[in-house]
Amino acid sequence: MKARVFVTLKNGVLDPQGKAIGHALNNLGFASVGEVRQGKVIDIELAETDAGKAKAELERMCEKLLANTVIEKYEIELKA
Amino acid sequence: MIEITPQIVREHGLSDAEYGRIKQLLNREPNYVELGVFSVMWSEHCSYKSTRAHLRRLPTKGPVVIQGPGENAGVVDIGDGDAVIFKMESHNHPSFIEPYQGAATGVGGIMRDVFTMGARPIAMMNALRFGTPDHPKTRHLVAGVVAGIGGYGNCMGVPTVGGEVNFHSAYNGNILVNAMCVGIARQDKIFKSAAEGAGNPVIYVGSKTGRDGIHGATMASAEFDENSEEKRPTVQVGDPFTEKLLLEACLELMATDAIIAIQDMGAAGLTSSSAEMASKGNSGIELNLDHVPQREENMTAYDMMLSESQERMLAVLKPGREDEARRIFDKWELDFAIIGITTDTNRLVIRHKGEIVADMPVNALADEAPVYERPFTRRPALPPLAKNAFDPKRPIADSLLQLIGSPDLSSRRWVWEQFDYTVMADTVQAPGGDAAVVRVHGTNKSIAIACDVTPRYCRADPFEGGKQAVAECWRNLTSVGATPLAVTDNLNFGNPERPETMGEIVAAIDGIAEACIALGFPVVSGNCSLYNETNGEPILPTPAIGGVGLLKDGTRHASVAFKRAGDAIVLIGETKGHLGQSLYLREIEGSESGPPPPVDLGVEKRNGDFVRGLIEMGQVDTVHDISDGGLLIAVAEMAMAGGMGAMLEGPDGIAQLFGEDQARYLLAVPHSIAQEILGDAKAAGVPAAIIGFVGGTGTHLEVPGMTATRIAALKSAHETWLPNYMAAPQ
Amino acid sequence: MKSAVVVFPASNCDRDAAVALEQMTGQKPVMVWHGDSEIPDVDLIVLPGGFSYGDYLRCGAMASQSRIIRDVKAKADKGVAVLGICNGFQVLTETGLLPGALMRNAKLKFVCRPVGLTIEESQSAFTRAYAKGETVRFPVAHGEGNYFADDATLDRLEGEGRVAFRYAEGENPNGSARNIAGILSEKRNVLGLMPHPERVVDAALGGTDGRRVFQSLIETLS
Repeated sequence: MKARVFVTLKNGVLDPQGKAIGHALNNLGFASVGEVRQGKVIDIELAETDAGKAKAELERMCEKLLANTVIEKYEIELKA
Repeated sequence: MIEITPQIVREHGLSDAEYGRIKQLLNREPNYVELGVFSVMWSEHCSYKSTRAHLRRLPTKGPVVIQGPGENAGVVDIGDGDAVIFKMESHNHPSFIEPYQGAATGVGGIMRDVFTMGARPIAMMNALRFGTPDHPKTRHLVAGVVAGIGGYGNCMGVPTVGGEVNFHSAYNGNILVNAMCVGIARQDKIFKSAAEGAGNPVIYVGSKTGRDGIHGATMASAEFDENSEEKRPTVQVGDPFTEKLLLEACLELMATDAIIAIQDMGAAGLTSSSAEMASKGNSGIELNLDHVPQREENMTAYDMMLSESQERMLAVLKPGREDEARRIFDKWELDFAIIGITTDTNRLVIRHKGEIVADMPVNALADEAPVYERPFTRRPALPPLAKNAFDPKRPIADSLLQLIGSPDLSSRRWVWEQFDYTVMADTVQAPGGDAAVVRVHGTNKSIAIACDVTPRYCRADPFEGGKQAVAECWRNLTSVGATPLAVTDNLNFGNPERPETMGEIVAAIDGIAEACIALGFPVVSGNCSLYNETNGEPILPTPAIGGVGLLKDGTRHASVAFKRAGDAIVLIGETKGHLGQSLYLREIEGSESGPPPPVDLGVEKRNGDFVRGLIEMGQVDTVHDISDGGLLIAVAEMAMAGGMGAMLEGPDGIAQLFGEDQARYLLAVPHSIAQEILGDAKAAGVPAAIIGFVGGTGTHLEVPGMTATRIAALKSAHETWLPNYMAAPQ
Repeated sequence: MKSAVVVFPASNCDRDAAVALEQMTGQKPVMVWHGDSEIPDVDLIVLPGGFSYGDYLRCGAMASQSRIIRDVKAKADKGVAVLGICNGFQVLTETGLLPGALMRNAKLKFVCRPVGLTIEESQSAFTRAYAKGETVRFPVAHGEGNYFADDATLDRLEGEGRVAFRYAEGENPNGSARNIAGILSEKRNVLGLMPHPERVVDAALGGTDGRRVFQSLIETLS
């Protein structure tokens, strides 16, 4: 089973990289660009075949290592 | 197997004549793998085929030289059984294509050259050249290169202690990123690359091999055109984390006596490391590529032999020591594999999937590479500067402010604050002075390091320019109180197949050789980067000189900052007012004309030895050499660094204040010592004069014929240009 | 005073910390490998600066999961002094021994320079040799030192006298909340700070302002 984990800064936490990207897009003429937030995508291959168990395991990975829950939130996407 | 066609031969950067020579040496047609191996070994980058005949004129021996050119880096005796090991290398082409990764892997590569010899790197420097600030790519390239150097060097925990940055339109299409690494080792623990003896295991350590940078060595030996962007996939990605582990693991292995030979896999990766090690050891090597740790699937023998994946080393061990070595690399979580064995056949034999895929005589690869005596033309000397080359009435204060805040003279703080220059807790003099000073850990000895070349002088007169690069480097080391020991050179030029460019190369090497001989400053390592041109526009000839000096007592060193109000400012050396090729002329009058200042090497040595003697005796702690921008710029820099004003009584007039005459220094010393120094100088035949005082009325720089200028205004102009430029929108 | 320095893969100020400790205490610290399970009986544990695990994923994240950290936590709970410098501070916040997080510098660039620091709290094992309110200079050298915590946490840190070092006015190099440069744990036996006191113990290198961090520890723990 494959999973994709998205880690992004929590709402309200200043994201200087996202801000810089937003500025750059504006400068390139993309005038409609509003707020930009940057995050990470982590692709993980799992031996687990049960979706529920896989999800639970991935949540533990996020809490333990992949995200810093002081400043970051995460989303998990499972792929068959 | 792919059939070799004339098209494929050309794509490998080999001429018809070279291909004919390969067939002759092999007694048959090469196969595709062998063609790939020959193409990188015979590339300009690996073989020095255009410059080798001329490089022989450089002095490479001296009482302190332990190892000259030919190994991974040069080795110099610094007493007490210690050695300093250093080299400078370019990563120009990759940095233009992908500035962050290009610069980062350049740093990684030069560090490996130094620690593969058993040294712990203690300092990094860099010499950077970019296009004009208003060129659309420049800002992006500066940002990426600086971040890349910092990203790699900072993670390695080796302080980056200085360097130089220039801007000029000749670099619009070809930037220069030259990185220098300095390391320290015990003289009885220096490792070389000669794979002597047969039957010894050949081990591979570090990162896995991917398809990165295939043909990097041939890319570094070709001109650019508009399609260069498409070459992006060949740029390698650096992994400083792995390199830090590799450094520690290698030093741990080196503490044992298990190693016979070791070499990093740099440009041309496995090919050049194995061929060069066998060549130097007068042995053969048989590799089995099935055992090479691989990162990608279905890699061919061609891919593996030509890959430039970073952070890898090849070593030959004493038989039976494999397990001991494996334990060390396991501890550091690095790949370790036994991939071959040394032989007595003098052949490089490569097996893959049960077949012999290449079998070539080692000497054909390493020693039979062509050496060209390319035709060259010498440039006629430029006529003296016209009398009306500058407006003598132009207000000096305005020019001073404009120059001190100009792209080439403004503060580089924006650059070096992105480098960790205090890690390792031995940095005695931080960036911003004439030379960096780094203590030899656990001792009172210190190493001084400087990088110099003035490309506009080299364009105007490559011979004088070559001399001047060496002289300025020697002078910068002297200014901090160090005894200059030896240099590494990084010769950056355009296409050597053009007689004018080849003429620049020949003349610059002659100039470097003459200066190194006269100053007793041998060349112990170096690198050539040719074909730096785009659509026929070459860079300015840029033979960067990296010099290393020794302070036996590191507590006695001098720096540029004024320290005491009331000190006399003493000028050492003669001021004739040479404005040809000066920054004043270029920035203020918009003219790059006239001959560069001539360098009298005898005078250079006499004046420098005198100044160094004063620092060594503890008489002087404030010294600045006079170079770009001339005397007034040097005084302004000393005033800004010390946060003190100054009053000059001496020289006046534009030529005197901004001329770039060589072999000059400014000292600031208490009055009584100044009188003593004048007496000693007279006895030594050194021109010396008191030209003013530190402090003056306190906050201003005051000069006859110039409106008094606030130090704060100078500082503001000096400090703001680069950060403002970098902060401006694209 | 007996001390230990924990070495993670790509720690790079471990030697600097060891040299400073030896110079100040007269005793070589024990160097402890991240894969070990126990730290010997010492008075002070130092988590040094560097780029543990290349700063990949997040600074300090992977180091905070290494085997030795369990013992660092256990010893910290028992009151052993723990000093985290730069990357060590990042590791301490990732382990939860200190609150908050260290984010990318506001200007997105690595910054190396000496900065002015005010001593906010001299009532601690790490700062008692300083006077409250005095200004000292330590170098910083980091890309991610921008201290973040929610307002309630910041208020609590300030209210409990746990902000030990603050960047002097106008010298905040990274955008850190309330100019915070270093903080103490609730029991005040854990200090994390971004600036490097171990790089300013030797006059030959241009400053000795960092010495009193070590003198404070010696006075308290010996």
